[in-house]
Amino acid sequence: MGKTHLKMTVNGKEVELLTEPRQLLIHVLREDLNLTGAHIGCESSHCGACTVDMNGMSIKSCTVFAAQAQDAEITTIEGLGSSDGLHVLQEMFKEHHGLQCGYCTPGMITRAHRLLQENSNPTEEEVRFGISGNLCRCTGYQNIVKAILAAAAKMNEVKESA
Amino acid sequence: MNESTPPKEERMAALSGLGTSRKRVEDARFTQGKGNYVDDMKMPGMLFGDFVRSPYAHARIKSINTEAALALPGVHAVLTAADLEPLGLHWMPTLAGDKQMVLADGKVLFQGQEVAYVVADDRYIADDGIQAVVVEYEELPVLVDPFKAELDDAPVLREDIADQSEGAHGPRRHPNHIFTWESGDRAATEAVLSEAEVVAEEMIYYHRTHPCPLETCGCVASMDKVNGKLTVWGTFQAPHAVRTVASLISGIAEHNIRIVSPDIGGGFGNKVGVYPGYICAIVASIVTGVPVKWVEDRMDNLMATAFARDYWMHGKISATKEGKITGLWCHTTADHGAFDACADPTKFPAGFMNICTGSYDIPTAYLAVDGIYTNKAPGGVAYRCSFRVTEAAYFIERMIEVLAIKLGMDAADLRVKNFIQKDQFPYQSALGWEYDSGDYHTAWSKALAAVDYEGLRAEQAERLAAFNRGETRKLIGIGLSHFTEIVGAGPVKNCDILGLGMFDSCEIRIHPTGSAIARLGTISQGQGHATTFAQILASEIGIPAEDITLEEGDTDTAPYGLGTYGSRSTPVAGAATAMAGRKIRAKAQMIAAYLLEVHDNDVEWDVDRFVVKGAPERFKTMKEIAFASYSQAIPGVEPGLEAVSYYDPPNMTYPFGAYICVMEIDTDTGTTEIRQFYALDDCGTRINPMIIEGQVHGGLTEALAIALGQEIAYDEQGNVTTGTLMDFFIPTAWETPNYQTDFTETPSPHHPIGAKGVGESPNVGGVPAFSNAVHDAFKSFGLTQSHMPHDHWRIWKIANSLGLHD
Amino acid sequence: MIASAFEYHKPDTVDGVVSLLSKWGDDARVIAGGHSLIPVMKQRMTDISHLIDLGGIAELKGISIDGDKINIGAMTTQHELIASEALAKAAPLIREASLQIADPQVRYLGTIGGNVANGDPANDMPGLMQTLDATYYLTGPGGSREVKARDFYEAAYFTAREDEEILTAISFAKPSGGFAYEKQKRKIGDYATAAAGVMITIEGGKCKAASVALTNLSDTPVYCAAAVDALVGSSLDDATIKTAVKAAVDASDPVADTRGPVDFKKHVAGVIVKKAITSAVARA
Repeated sequence: MGKTHLKMTVNGKEVELLTEPRQLLIHVLREDLNLTGAHIGCESSHCGACTVDMNGMSIKSCTVFAAQAQDAEITTIEGLGSSDGLHVLQEMFKEHHGLQCGYCTPGMITRAHRLLQENSNPTEEEVRFGISGNLCRCTGYQNIVKAILAAAAKMNEVKESA
Repeated sequence: MNESTPPKEERMAALSGLGTSRKRVEDARFTQGKGNYVDDMKMPGMLFGDFVRSPYAHARIKSINTEAALALPGVHAVLTAADLEPLGLHWMPTLAGDKQMVLADGKVLFQGQEVAYVVADDRYIADDGIQAVVVEYEELPVLVDPFKAELDDAPVLREDIADQSEGAHGPRRHPNHIFTWESGDRAATEAVLSEAEVVAEEMIYYHRTHPCPLETCGCVASMDKVNGKLTVWGTFQAPHAVRTVASLISGIAEHNIRIVSPDIGGGFGNKVGVYPGYICAIVASIVTGVPVKWVEDRMDNLMATAFARDYWMHGKISATKEGKITGLWCHTTADHGAFDACADPTKFPAGFMNICTGSYDIPTAYLAVDGIYTNKAPGGVAYRCSFRVTEAAYFIERMIEVLAIKLGMDAADLRVKNFIQKDQFPYQSALGWEYDSGDYHTAWSKALAAVDYEGLRAEQAERLAAFNRGETRKLIGIGLSHFTEIVGAGPVKNCDILGLGMFDSCEIRIHPTGSAIARLGTISQGQGHATTFAQILASEIGIPAEDITLEEGDTDTAPYGLGTYGSRSTPVAGAATAMAGRKIRAKAQMIAAYLLEVHDNDVEWDVDRFVVKGAPERFKTMKEIAFASYSQAIPGVEPGLEAVSYYDPPNMTYPFGAYICVMEIDTDTGTTEIRQFYALDDCGTRINPMIIEGQVHGGLTEALAIALGQEIAYDEQGNVTTGTLMDFFIPTAWETPNYQTDFTETPSPHHPIGAKGVGESPNVGGVPAFSNAVHDAFKSFGLTQSHMPHDHWRIWKIANSLGLHD
Repeated sequence: MIASAFEYHKPDTVDGVVSLLSKWGDDARVIAGGHSLIPVMKQRMTDISHLIDLGGIAELKGISIDGDKINIGAMTTQHELIASEALAKAAPLIREASLQIADPQVRYLGTIGGNVANGDPANDMPGLMQTLDATYYLTGPGGSREVKARDFYEAAYFTAREDEEILTAISFAKPSGGFAYEKQKRKIGDYATAAAGVMITIEGGKCKAASVALTNLSDTPVYCAAAVDALVGSSLDDATIKTAVKAAVDASDPVADTRGPVDFKKHVAGVIVKKAITSAVARA
């Protein structure tokens, strides 16, 4: 049961590596590609700390075998924002104290990013429902929700003025 | 020069000091996924170690066969107790004066116990190796009920100490008995109870739960055989204590051990203890000569490291007919699991459970706690709690409600009647504590007014009437809680852990250009120390917070401290920070006076500079002073501008708060909805209101989880039935309400800046508020007590047992 | 939590899957979204040497609405079911139920085929498919066949599907009338404490047709024929609904677990069924 070639596009860059089929996507990202932003929290697809974007979907990369990610387009927290600035979501999480220990934050922001792609003007209820696959032990979510709503408003402002 | 001096307010604002909602300096890193948690670490040649764990709660180990595992390519070693024994490391001391098996020595005592340690190239091969280890067990009778521990037919769990009649905390009366700890005056209390006009009695259970931070425990141990230095990076809430303990048990000289806590993904008490995983990683690194990583998975975490609570508190409270409390009696049966690994100051085997007189002026009280061994995981950590204060607060806030029912009084009025008065502080409690400051009546009336308490009670009565008419199946519960915390452990005279006094420390170095670095003996796990401690310093030394780097967690560079847990960082290390800042300022004053050519006493401090008294145009800013300290020869003053402070607090601090929860309860389904939650916190001087509010939101959500469903449950065979995050309740954003926060500010008189600490208050005060709301909803049907967690089926059971179903 | 090693196959046709299944027999397993299978594999509760990924088979995906008939490919995800406006119009019950499954991330990958085929009594789709009286299409070495959802489930994890067959699609008649899927759970991401799907058609003040099925209240989904019998032909008065609810509760056979004891679950089942019937009647 040898290793197989895995090709993916991660944060816009094509990568190719050898993996065992049973390797989990989260381990490939963290250990083979050194993208340690997404974390491992529960290993049973309940906490969402490992959330990354795969082919336009928020997915829990602890419950995806690397082999299933063949040819996939992956975006991780490292793929948001740019070298010279924070993404609006990252900025708003800071502005509204939407994080404490920071462990759930990359998954939470990556998820929020996809949510706002699908619903650019969500209500508080829609945000709460939309991030219900991501657990946070520190914040009680109140400021996370605030941050996401603020980011949505900012992004819409930018869109309108464009 | 005078013209160029900006106004005082402007200069203060530029510092971002005390009282500002400064944005966190940690966040740029964390939001970009650039945190550095222990599992992010990679080192050349690093191996991965993981455990074979016991499927049984109590069994004798007949044999362990590691051959097949060792034969797997990529498996380097399989450690068992037999391998650790020659090193004297098959057992380790616990924080509570007991000892614990590192790897199963002849038997296992709880499900999930560490049996063997497989060291392999990576976690995949390690897991293959675990599957290949063959362990032969002989099952033994299991003890899960602490009340059956001392029966004649109870199995003896700890055969290693079965015949020892004396434990770390005094006499033991049975092989399964750990200690009896007493506080207060038993005879006087029993006399008061026997003569009292009214006595309420109840068994209050605070169930077993778990801190469950989102990051589990783990470490990387690296023994450098060339220079003989051991470095361990890990999830340590108390890195210095870990270094000292590691030195004492391994025999490696303390200067050859470096402990580093990198970023920590939440602690909540889970990361205070020393776990077999750390020891085995260290031994494995010594054996293999390369770094070894261990990171537990979530099931391991919930099954094996650091449970919290599990206190059966039998209470009696007496009062006059008018509702003046006269006495409090409590006997607690404490289920400690298989080893007494509670994380408490040495002299307090039941932590600060003797703060159980709460916010009330109770003249006579008595507490006894019996620690018991069972076939459950060891731990007993302070889960977002200062050493059992959560249990104590829950106990007294339930007993007050039970007494109110007995008296036929409103529970809010009963509290008012018995609060310690503002002018009684410093207040000496019947169980021996000196409360530093408080103003409970003000906080309480503010809270009642904020939620329109009278209006709520009227609405509740209307709802009840509608329920009785059959028009609705939902009831309203109003949960009250007025808690008093005891945090900031603590004075060295009575607080130590393994003999190490519970002071804390701060070292400051001012750089020539006027920026600074401060190092502390604490370690942030999300509390935002890098942000808030810089604020304390900014106000003390007049250097903007953004120009001050904060560093924690590396024992090679940080001054010795006892770490972060029990809400002790602000009360103890925060005080050390202020005191070190004051030392800097004292030296700066001499330098300024020299530069201004006046006497030391002729200059005075003004926000960010020293000014000549009566001549405000003549001043030296801290920036100028800093440069001068490195560039000029000042007679009688050493060059440089550095200070270190080790702060031994004269007393604990006593934050308090008033919480009110309004809950809708469906009597048919047992489901609940939090309609309103008001939280007033008084944590003394407020350093960063934004961070305080964040702490309150988070603590309340943990309280909600605990009160409404979160538990570590065992079946009769000792199997953990709540081992994943599906069954171990952590609410999502969907189940979590918005909270309304508020405050009063009663500074601590003995703390340099008057701060008391806040991180744990919302958990301590929140659990009784949620739980009291459930009880309150059913009060008029005759309910006095029903044990947590109040999940759907247990609430349904209350309604059912009260005859509310057809 | 690491799965044991396996060989990975990703055929691009159904025939390809069937031939692999025929070749490897018990040692092989198909994977759809993986959110039931992977956690079990990670705990090494099952031993699989050959994993056959259905993700590469185009013909297994998609929703088609052909007049009165709705056809859904097995690999259609819950997210796609929710997102489809056409489906929401034709069979709004599907969206209502799908939104109550797991959480957003899981719904992006979780498929309808995986949810109905693995036989986990806690899954929501089997009960829903029984409510809709859906037909499952199975393909195996001997060709294709149809099995009604109401005949498919035998016991927990045991179904009418043979080891060498896969479930390729589901179809059902476009529902009419009122509907509801009610579910009680402890939190988002949890399975049901009790859940029920109900459909009601009313004509001339009388219940013309009805359907009631339960989730996670027995070792299989439960289609409640007696409840349906009670409802059909009645004027849906309180007494009838009460009889139907009782019939549904009698048909349930839950087991105690961390969600609660049997008496509680049966009680909640009654509440949930009643809510679902009432809501379906209101929408009819």
